[in-house]
Amino acid sequence: MTLTDEPTTAEAPAKEVGNARLRKEDARLITGKTTWTDNMVLPGMLHMAFLRSPVAHATISHLDVSAAKDRPNVVAVFTGQDFKDEQGTIPCAWPVTPDMVNPGHPSIAVDTVNHVGEAVAIVVARTRTAAVDAVEAIDVDYENLPVVLDMEEAVKDGADLVHASTSSNTSYHFVFDAGEAGTGSDTEAAFRDAEVTVSRRFVQQRLIPAFMEPRSAVVGVQGDNFTLWSATQIPHILRVMGALTTGIPEHKLRVVAPDVGGGFGGKLQVCPEEILALLVARRLGKPVKWTETRSESLMTAHHGRDQIQYIDVAARKDGTVTGLRVRLLADMGAYLRLITPGVPALGAFMFPGIYKFPAYRFECDGVFTNKVPTDAYRGAGRPEATFAIERIMDELAVELDMDPMELRRKNWIGAEEFPFTTVAGLEYDSGDYEQATQAALELLGYDELRAEQKQRRESGDPVQLGIGISTFTEMCGLAPSRVLGSLSFGAGGWEQASIRMLPTGKVEVVTGSTPHGQGHETAWSQIVADELGVPFEDVEVLHGDTAISSRGLDTYGSRSLVVGGTAVVKAAEKVVAKARKIAAHLLEASEDDLEFSGGTFSVKGTPGAGLGIQEIALAIFAAHDYPEGIEPSIDAEAAFDPVNFSFPHGTHLCAMEVDTETGFVKIRKYASVDDIGTIVNPIIVEGQMHGGLAQGIAQALYEEAIYDADGNLTTGTFVDYLLPSAADLPTFHTGNTVHAATSNPLGAKGVGEAGCIASTPAVVNAALDAVRHLGVSDIRMPLTPERVWRAIHQGGDGGDRAAEGSNAYGGARTTESGIEEAAQ
Amino acid sequence: MTQINVRVDGASYSDDVEPRTLLVHYLREQLGKVGTVVGCDTSNCGACTVHLDGESVKSCTVLAVQADGSEVTTIEGIAEGGELHPMQKAFHEKHGLQCGYCTPGMIMASIDLLKNNPDPSESEIREGIEGNLCRCTGYVNIVRAVQQAAGEMSSTAGAQA
Ligand code: FES
Ligand code: FES
Repeated sequence: MTLTDEPTTAEAPAKEVGNARLRKEDARLITGKTTWTDNMVLPGMLHMAFLRSPVAHATISHLDVSAAKDRPNVVAVFTGQDFKDEQGTIPCAWPVTPDMVNPGHPSIAVDTVNHVGEAVAIVVARTRTAAVDAVEAIDVDYENLPVVLDMEEAVKDGADLVHASTSSNTSYHFVFDAGEAGTGSDTEAAFRDAEVTVSRRFVQQRLIPAFMEPRSAVVGVQGDNFTLWSATQIPHILRVMGALTTGIPEHKLRVVAPDVGGGFGGKLQVCPEEILALLVARRLGKPVKWTETRSESLMTAHHGRDQIQYIDVAARKDGTVTGLRVRLLADMGAYLRLITPGVPALGAFMFPGIYKFPAYRFECDGVFTNKVPTDAYRGAGRPEATFAIERIMDELAVELDMDPMELRRKNWIGAEEFPFTTVAGLEYDSGDYEQATQAALELLGYDELRAEQKQRRESGDPVQLGIGISTFTEMCGLAPSRVLGSLSFGAGGWEQASIRMLPTGKVEVVTGSTPHGQGHETAWSQIVADELGVPFEDVEVLHGDTAISSRGLDTYGSRSLVVGGTAVVKAAEKVVAKARKIAAHLLEASEDDLEFSGGTFSVKGTPGAGLGIQEIALAIFAAHDYPEGIEPSIDAEAAFDPVNFSFPHGTHLCAMEVDTETGFVKIRKYASVDDIGTIVNPIIVEGQMHGGLAQGIAQALYEEAIYDADGNLTTGTFVDYLLPSAADLPTFHTGNTVHAATSNPLGAKGVGEAGCIASTPAVVNAALDAVRHLGVSDIRMPLTPERVWRAIHQGGDGGDRAAEGSNAYGGARTTESGIEEAAQ
Repeated sequence: MTQINVRVDGASYSDDVEPRTLLVHYLREQLGKVGTVVGCDTSNCGACTVHLDGESVKSCTVLAVQADGSEVTTIEGIAEGGELHPMQKAFHEKHGLQCGYCTPGMIMASIDLLKNNPDPSESEIREGIEGNLCRCTGYVNIVRAVQQAAGEMSSTAGAQA
């Protein structure tokens, strides 16, 4: 560095990107000045309540709503018969194979019900309580049909059918074969020639996204225009799909997502209730509201995960992996919702993880059952894949008597090998697995904990210690449109932003990416403050209303910053380019002689004289003096569509205490180091990691949606579905390495799902590491004390929980002994 | 219908309510106090937490008629003279919220926790807010926020003493 450089460096404005800015959106959230959908009250607004099916599979043999109609303050009662010609079907945007069977998904049942909780009738009344009361007066009878719950049974020849219109319960058979795709060698040959093979069957239990704000929809009617306020992640997609489904012309339908209380994929949906609210409002010409109860939410909002995974790995005796084979049964539930079939298919590309498998084959059957449909839940396909690969790498290490980290290190992609094209055909752009691993080992205090483990092992301590590893990567930043197209996804993956320069110099940023807790307003303000050189406080971020943000693809798949944030950068670049022409004109200089720094255009070599971009905003508003041949505006919009996914990675380590006498497990310490590329706001990043970890750990330890043998959801309240509280979770020790993504100018990789994807196998591996010497090689999630105790004392994986005697999971106990007696 | 007289966030209200009306629904639907929210129907989530005569209650487990003659404080009534309550400030500064849906209840429960135990340990905080569920934050930053507020409130109390 020369001396003359120094003043420039000193004058350079402090960067907002990377700054730990406190969130703008907090001001209204901590004071109760919020705009949740359920807060909305419109003049003359009516309330909807649903009669829902209490049986899993039946024909509706009798339905009489006349008594309900006579109840006080009831305005109307509707059944499937009333809407059968106009309700269409809930859209499925991801036909993963050309011959995928989609029996259609009515918003309200017409003749048959296919899962408990399906809507059967709608009461519309002047108050919420009047609507709920009148539901009781509906007279309905069902004629039961055989209930299909167990996927392994459902795919057998001659199995009972969920849908009489189909020839089997298999919706689709999706195959990715690296040999055929040209991205790898022949998998069968790899297994034929293997020195060692390990095969496992893992169960990904059914989970419930359980966002804290229940779903809610309000429809306003203005002539033939409709406004739908909804607690949704996807106002833009909902507008298109809502219009196509109801026949309301798209330009007559406005969708608004006001403050939205979490989603986690659970509000990435075109919900039957949203469609029905539109249909009822149109039929009555009156505003309507529907807000679900928590029990209604757990029973009818889509669930997540629910796969049976058969996974085989082939290797040489020295630990080099030579092949990977995966077969999945993925529970679709009773219907295909927005991306139900696509979730496991998205996982197809992630099973090889960070390892250099030469051969890979993936097959998945999407299977119908009489349960609520599954769909996106934080990670959507990638947690399942990560779990399977990180679990079986541990199993292979045991088989080979190798250290599990050594086995991983031997097979992972080296830092010098990026960009690296995987056997699944993905091009991983950047990262350093060794660096993240070293940092995580230090953060955990790995060596001391290993020493303590040894000591507890030797002393026969009833509380054993284990350390679990998950070295993961994921594909996110959902885009690129062409790739999504090649996967038969129904939409693109671009994102839109526009920037409006107001006369007073304030800046409005309109984003097509719709937040529900992620902090877009703060992060986008930081980006724009840097790009335009304006104060952070002068930026307002607008979102979630299709009348304001007309174009967008919303928020899921850790895409907001990567795709939406980049669109903001691109729009800002256009604003600067437009302002440059005005500045050149007003400063009487050539555009080429202007430099733009800290929000000011100045003539190179002429310090002092300059024109701020906020002043230019006023000048072009007045428009008294601007160059010929250009428009009097420096506003701009941009769409961005990256050419590749982004690939966050990291190393997660969990130290776990297992009480071998009670089966109680307790996380002793959790440490993770993630590479999510460039960090715009470290506070928000840390928060996203924490939240993801909590959900991933909850899958391992606490949560499971259980259906009994009749198809009743037995975990239909927060009493039974165990969302962890503060007392159930540890402090998390998190860190980051930074290798910028090469697919976007921000260098961001996405952080929303990483913690949730990575943590589950680390936790299960830790528990197994604690008790493997006692003969335990698998424990079924969630690791309840009962299951852990059974696995230790009775062998097997601990078996089914609570639903003992049901066939919810096939009664598919992989246990050999003891459990049948225990159940009797 | 039963007549009740309640003070909510410093203002007096006199209303007819159905005997079965829950306090949270009275607050939201009759008074427009929509800062307090509903997250469940089994008294598990704590999203609806308010103070009833200074004690933290889940307002979905209290009937409006039970609040007759009482003083209710909601999230909308704890900032004084335009100054955020130290707990509100701490949630902001420690990033103790993401979507913010659990936040009103979480803040009200945490204020009550510190009233009973001004200097709680981490595990006392975790146990103390066990009745309030958050799906977004993983609780680490909520714990930090309560710790910060505890520090601030005890030093203010000390200064006043
Ligand atoms: S709404 Fe009161 S505890 Fe959940
Ligand atoms: S911040 Fe979203 S539930 Fe707590």
